[in-house]
Amino acid sequence: MHRLLPLLPAVPLLGAALLVAGGRWLPRPLAETFACLVAATTAALAALLLFHSTPPSAEWVGGWFPKGGESVGIVMIGDGASLGMAALVSLLTLAALAYSWHYFDEPPSGHAGSFPALMLLFQGGMCGFALAGDLFNAFVFFELMSVVAYALTGYRIDEAKAVQGALGFALVNSLGAYFMLMGIALLYARTGELAMAKIGQGLDQAAAGHGPDALVLAGFVLFLTGLLVKAAAVPFQFWLPDAHAVAPTPVCMLLSGVMVELGVYGVWRVYGLVFSGPGGVPAADATRALVVLGVLTAAVGSVMCWYQRHIKRLLAFSTIAHTGLFLVGVGVLKAQADEGTALYVLAHAGVKAALFACAGMLLDRYGSVDEFYLHGRARKLRGVGIMFAVGALALAGLPPFGTGLGKAVSEEAVGGPLTVLYVAASALTGAAVLRVAARVFLGLGPRPEERDDEERDEDKTSGSDEEPETRQRLDHVPATMRTVPAVLLTAALAVGAVPGFAHAVGERVDEAGAWGVFSAVHWTAHGVLLDLLSTALAVGIAGVAVTRPRLLAAPGWALPLRRLQSGHVGDYVAWLLVGVTLLGALALPGVLG
Amino acid sequence: MTRRARLWLVLLGGAGLAALLAAACLRLPAFGGARHPYGDRAVAAALARRTANTIASVNFDQRAFDTMGEMSILFAAVLGCVVLLRQARDEHRDPPRPAEVAAPVRRYALLTLPVALVTGLYVIAHGQLSPGGGFQGGVVAATSLHLMYLGADYAALERVRPVEAYEITDALSASAYLVLGFAGVLAGAAFLANTLLPLGTFNTLSSGGVVPLLNAAIGMEVACAVVVLLARFLDQAVEIEEESGE
Amino acid sequence: MHVLPYLVAAYVFLIGCYGLATSRNLIHAVGCLAVCQSATYVLLLAVGYRDGATAPVFSDIAPGSRPVVDPVVQALTLTDVVVGATVTALLLALTVQISKRHGTVDPDELRELRG
Repeated sequence: MHRLLPLLPAVPLLGAALLVAGGRWLPRPLAETFACLVAATTAALAALLLFHSTPPSAEWVGGWFPKGGESVGIVMIGDGASLGMAALVSLLTLAALAYSWHYFDEPPSGHAGSFPALMLLFQGGMCGFALAGDLFNAFVFFELMSVVAYALTGYRIDEAKAVQGALGFALVNSLGAYFMLMGIALLYARTGELAMAKIGQGLDQAAAGHGPDALVLAGFVLFLTGLLVKAAAVPFQFWLPDAHAVAPTPVCMLLSGVMVELGVYGVWRVYGLVFSGPGGVPAADATRALVVLGVLTAAVGSVMCWYQRHIKRLLAFSTIAHTGLFLVGVGVLKAQADEGTALYVLAHAGVKAALFACAGMLLDRYGSVDEFYLHGRARKLRGVGIMFAVGALALAGLPPFGTGLGKAVSEEAVGGPLTVLYVAASALTGAAVLRVAARVFLGLGPRPEERDDEERDEDKTSGSDEEPETRQRLDHVPATMRTVPAVLLTAALAVGAVPGFAHAVGERVDEAGAWGVFSAVHWTAHGVLLDLLSTALAVGIAGVAVTRPRLLAAPGWALPLRRLQSGHVGDYVAWLLVGVTLLGALALPGVLG
Repeated sequence: MTRRARLWLVLLGGAGLAALLAAACLRLPAFGGARHPYGDRAVAAALARRTANTIASVNFDQRAFDTMGEMSILFAAVLGCVVLLRQARDEHRDPPRPAEVAAPVRRYALLTLPVALVTGLYVIAHGQLSPGGGFQGGVVAATSLHLMYLGADYAALERVRPVEAYEITDALSASAYLVLGFAGVLAGAAFLANTLLPLGTFNTLSSGGVVPLLNAAIGMEVACAVVVLLARFLDQAVEIEEESGE
Repeated sequence: MHVLPYLVAAYVFLIGCYGLATSRNLIHAVGCLAVCQSATYVLLLAVGYRDGATAPVFSDIAPGSRPVVDPVVQALTLTDVVVGATVTALLLALTVQISKRHGTVDPDELRELRG
């Protein structure tokens, strides 16, 4: 069965190549059907392999099986975590393709296949990254998914914002990838190997007796920088809101739903296989680095999320806040936190993709994603409004959504003051989305006023006067567009509500991790209460914000924070350098000691 | 952020990064050292598969899966450029006027074109034997066609390179690489396994099993990809005009 | 001498980062990114060097007659070069569109996407 592992990236890549070769003659519906079929085939293959992933397997591409423990080939990992991510990628790609079905803006003339082909290449890149067990191979697929993501983000070349956001995204992420490659070169110099597990062993052998040194620290910091840029951890996060605000909606569903999370997954995988041994980075230092960055990320993401009026940008900041929580979950290095984070990632993907899909419908129907402009205008879109509100509650952690279960399990694992962070971040992001739902779909509260004093740059990114992504403004929202978020929300509900599912996920994650312990994943009274608390807080905050807008208006101290998000790529690079230094400083004590 | 504030941030972050890199460099094994375990294994494996150019063996046999990803990156970037450099809503096409070319330039370009093209094809074909291969030769072959632009004019270049045909060939050669990979699975071996074809005689054109085929697919893909890439950028420079202008 | 090539790579990488952060022109910024990437070539090739060794190509030398440098890093560098070239092409394509939509390629003058 593990023979088929390399097909997970290869099938969508072949599909994309054939689509480009034949796309010139194919009518558009046929090209899109073909792309959906390829994505679905890959999803089915991933599900099949996932079903057979106990015990975890490995595949040496090209049949270069190790002789005497050594191989010259590339190893792929087929365990519950990697195949689970590949399945999630494939299902979400299918959802995004279905969402863009037929209605998405015209492709370049004579290239009916180009948009679906790019989506398939994106899928292939992400699947390959999820399955990689070799550091350089991980870099190659990391670059593949990045390159496709840049092109997809800048897809709407007629918009000034789109090309600027895409270029910032591309420059910062490419620089992050080169940091990663510097790290790979350092680790290769020390160990002479590229397979993750072999590098881990090599580091342990080299450090026998005296522990890790500066080289290991640099390898750790440089490699993680690339992954954390992708995961949009503070202070590497600036590119994400810019890219998500301008990317076409189906692309946002993939960027926010799974690409960013793959960065966190990469951190988990690389720490577990490469740096967790005695020659790697001591657990206390890795935890300090990841938890500090995670807390900062969750805090900055939630606060910034609250002050947005551009709905897609608001959702983008909520992704940052949740990624911070995932980083904390991975960073505490506990089996139970891994399980919780895995569930959280799964359910969050469904919820966030559904919310982006709803925002996309607003854009296509009204030509705006500005909370102020849309006040009360979308009353007619009742179904979309309900989905948006349900999504907001799920984001806040309402039981029995999978987000609630993942949050509850993670909270129990991290314990102590970090629980407060989980409750606060999910409550605040949920509240921001609920506030939008109440204003836009119900027209509640007074119409928010534009600032009458001189216009600030920060208010220009409002999301009004945007071009719809469909050929013209839609008079009614087509059924495919409505169905996709409904299915995604149901899936997010199923993650938490279907008995046995969470347990199976937990088991697979434990088996894939380095912990060797199994802990049962289930709802607890404690967890349900905390989930209800964060949901109630979200409803309360949103209620106050809608009825008494002045009470929760942006205070003066939030302005400097918002100014940091300057849209200037030089600033983003400067922050990236500061982030590397911060990461190094946080992980330093174990190396000195 | 002001330029001054950014400079301070860069200096702060850069100092930390510099310290980290310098400390790591001092701990690296000395330059020119003899310990290269993976490299030694790769040389042995290449010789066992009768591939004279070890780097070709690493690229198209031992780590052919990396090359699959790399080829897909190139393919994705070309598709991305085709999409990003398409004609926008407010633009139209304006065929450029024929340009005068100095006679010596024309003679030189037309003389060099076939030589460069053959050199490119030679470098591709001998990838498994001597330095070079699909990537390097593909670029040489693709650029050779553009001597037509220097030697004649844009219209002449467009006649020797119908972009659509190159786009399709690009996609088909990418498919060919992937299909060769699938063949391994279908034959009951592994994906991209180099066990289907006879290994041939060491240091001849038909050595290395599937390596020459993968190498040829990459050569085609790179040549076509570079042609399409340059065509899109040349279109922007020469042909596409904004409505509001002129 | 025994760490000089590594330090050169580190220096090239840092100088590229500095250029990228302080750039006044996006085309220059794309070039700076390529400088950062060149540092990775230098580092990879330096890591794979072996004293007195020749290229790992056996069409004109008998296997085993001379030491050869590490072929793996050379293959990695080749991949890296291709990746770099394609990323540069994509970045320049975006820059072309930025100059059309914004009328400038100075990052200081791009006024969108704030806050």
